[in-house]
Amino acid sequence: MQNALILRRLLLFAALGLILSFVLAPFAWQVITALKPTAQLAELPPLLPAHPTWQNFGTVLGAPGFWRACLNSAIVASLTVFLAFALGVPAAYALAKLRLRGAQLVLTTLLCFSMFPAIANVAPLYLLFIRLGIRDSALAVVIAHSVFAIPFAIWTLTSFFKEIPDDLYRAARVDGCSHLGVLRHVVLPLASPGLLSVALLVFIFSWNEFLYALTLTASERSRTLPVAIALFPGLHEIPWGEIAAASVLATVPTILLMLVFQRRIVSGLTTGAVKG
Amino acid sequence: MRASFRERLGRFGLLGPAVAYVASVAVIPVVFTLWLSLRKQMPIFGISQFVGLQNYLFLMRDARFWGAVGHTGYFVLVAVTLELTLGLAIALLLHQKFPGRGLARALVLIPWAVPSVVAARFWEWTLNADFGVLNFLLRTRINWLGDPFWAMHAAILADVWKTTPFMVLLLLAGLQVIPEHLYRAARIDGANSWQAFRHITLPLLKPIILLALLFRTMDAARVFDLIYVLTGGGPGNQTETLVIYAYNLLYRTLQFGYGSSVAVATFFFIVLLSLAYLRELRRTWQMRE
Repeated sequence: MQNALILRRLLLFAALGLILSFVLAPFAWQVITALKPTAQLAELPPLLPAHPTWQNFGTVLGAPGFWRACLNSAIVASLTVFLAFALGVPAAYALAKLRLRGAQLVLTTLLCFSMFPAIANVAPLYLLFIRLGIRDSALAVVIAHSVFAIPFAIWTLTSFFKEIPDDLYRAARVDGCSHLGVLRHVVLPLASPGLLSVALLVFIFSWNEFLYALTLTASERSRTLPVAIALFPGLHEIPWGEIAAASVLATVPTILLMLVFQRRIVSGLTTGAVKG
Repeated sequence: MRASFRERLGRFGLLGPAVAYVASVAVIPVVFTLWLSLRKQMPIFGISQFVGLQNYLFLMRDARFWGAVGHTGYFVLVAVTLELTLGLAIALLLHQKFPGRGLARALVLIPWAVPSVVAARFWEWTLNADFGVLNFLLRTRINWLGDPFWAMHAAILADVWKTTPFMVLLLLAGLQVIPEHLYRAARIDGANSWQAFRHITLPLLKPIILLALLFRTMDAARVFDLIYVLTGGGPGNQTETLVIYAYNLLYRTLQFGYGSSVAVATFFFIVLLSLAYLRELRRTWQMRE
């Protein structure tokens, strides 16, 4: 009996090791590549550099274009979260608590729109933004990201708000609280874990999004990180070491968020799906 | 009881802005795409005219379009099947109790947080024909990204790496709501682990599996970032998917009319795929109620 248990554990950890190496290997290899001197990139073996160097990271961090792209990504992602909340929170509150006729219909329609492929509306947005003179600006990318972010935020926030007991909501209403008052003093404090989940998911979505960001930007002025990494400049040959360094750096924020707020992210992703 | 005027105004104030905004940034552009798809629109040549269904008639005979349909279908089928199988196995594993489980769960989710473009860069370098570590480890000299067969499967591998965590995450959530006492009862009745999996886990997990399949299928059918960076649709358009083709028409050759037709066709391709799942999903839910 004891032996069977140990064997089971052993198998479990072997399988786990296999999975984790598949998951982490490409990332680890990219870190190793970034630490190699350029001359050694074309040499295999050795797998590990004899003299690791920070040179590639230094070059990337010394390039103004990289910082500009980081800043653009941070601005775009933060504004998208802000917009999604400004419009999404009141709407989700109304849909979750006010027993509106047709609320389910509104929700289903929103869900459909959040699942539209970006390619279905990227051309009109592109032509529209050119006409408005805002192509190649953070604002253009934020508006495009909100096409997905707002329906997603409303959908997910609605299911978080529904979990707040109706009694609390009704008690506050009877005590003469306005809708905004209930929202501020009852719903938002109680649903703050849910709010954090949605903020994280929208932020990560926007930070990683590529198709809109690629088509709606035209210069370093407004390019986000994924676009900068996809269009990484190489004069004569491809600078693999620098690409590796830049891509590792671009991933750090989202991976940190993922590791720190894993619970919140998982609950955000599953709330809409499992309970909805 | 009818809501008072003030009450209704309040409700409108809460819901109105969001609905108006979504209508203007999500609904109107889609309608505009439909309109564009009925036109010949090439701004650089100053061409802008209504051509009715001509674009769609051309589409029916466009071999490159049907090639893209085939590539997209193959990509979706193979990638999503692998993701489900692998995702289910990993979810079952991470559902066991063992020391370090929390850390393992967090680490497994990492690829989900990596931007697709970055994931594509990882694999592009790993699969590099001359300096790639995969050829070195396997002692092969395969041109992974330059050979039509391998290039498609390289894209699938990158997609499996990037999105299996999402599958795991949904399936784990589904596993956690299956009541433990069902398994205890099954064990008392003499069921082995396989029987418990077959008759308890799978049926109870079915709605979540279908939902995860639906999400992944819709997402895989509009694959863009991974292929754009890994192969650019090449070699010889052999990995060109629908969205890549539409992108090329729209932004490389600036054919806004025909490009929009392909975008609309892509949309209906995704809807058709989703309808199959939705029908099955509705049936499962009805059975439960």
